[in-house]
Amino acid sequence: MELTGYRSIEDMTPEQLDATFAALADRTRRAILARLATGDATVTELAEPFDMSQPAVSKHLKVLERAGLITRRRDAQRRPCTLEARPLKAATDWLEDYRSYWEESFQRLDRLLGELKADEKRRTRRAGTAKAEGRGAPAAGGAGTRQGKGRAAPTDAGADTP
Amino acid sequence: MSADSLQVTTPSDTELVLTRRFDAPRHLVFDALTTPELLKRWHGARGWHLVECEVDLRVGGAWRFVSRGPGGEPMGHSGTYREVARPDRLVYTERYDDQWVEGETLVTAVLVEVDERTTVTTTLRYPSQEVRDVAVASPMERGVGESYARLDAVLAEVHPPR
Repeated sequence: MELTGYRSIEDMTPEQLDATFAALADRTRRAILARLATGDATVTELAEPFDMSQPAVSKHLKVLERAGLITRRRDAQRRPCTLEARPLKAATDWLEDYRSYWEESFQRLDRLLGELKADEKRRTRRAGTAKAEGRGAPAAGGAGTRQGKGRAAPTDAGADTP
Repeated sequence: MSADSLQVTTPSDTELVLTRRFDAPRHLVFDALTTPELLKRWHGARGWHLVECEVDLRVGGAWRFVSRGPGGEPMGHSGTYREVARPDRLVYTERYDDQWVEGETLVTAVLVEVDERTTVTTTLRYPSQEVRDVAVASPMERGVGESYARLDAVLAEVHPPR
């Protein structure tokens, strides 16, 4: 599946990909594409749910058509619009690859955060015990000593930074 | 894809927005994003690792990361911190060593904590659409792209181009 995606990106020029993304940057146009994903539709049918004039919808359709995201057939008077899946797939693959790269990195971060959380809990527990044991000792020493002893590099580093 | 996994969207031609939820309080997440010893433990994927990491975490302070890829190839990027508000906001500029066009990317990370879980929304504002598109394509080129290139070579032997 990934290979297919890669192929379709390769097939597209950077200009085509740019046009695709410019077209996708608009919410109405994304909604139009979502509607067309359920089946072909005419301008009238597309204008209905958007509370928009037909000329306004036609304008969006022209952008989508230029980006190769839709095609319009000469079907008597109807001219229904059809979603063209390939450039859309290339565009989503382009993002999906970036996403999966960073998701993989963030999963390493998840594991690290799990360790940091456990470290912090241990420190808090230790501090709690120290506090209980040190009852009666001068209050001033407590917090300072605790901070200095704990393996608190990450948290403290941030907190100490101006 | 779980609700916590990374979402990547393109709200405009020059922007990319990454949203990811982590099961940790935000001070820990903030530290993991800004502390060199921690960054080295999670940053990168697909054989890429952070090998050099310098962070001067204050407004106007510089940062510099150097990563090494699966084949040992280095990739450096660096920038300047614009806003440092631990634990909820970090703004910095970014520029890749091998970036051939002018301009810096402005990165804004906002951390929101609910029930000890943190959602990080990172907005990357690129100097141009071209820089953004290349930046998004780069993990593929640098990671999977290489293995695909090798696969291409194998496929070309099996099925010579017509």
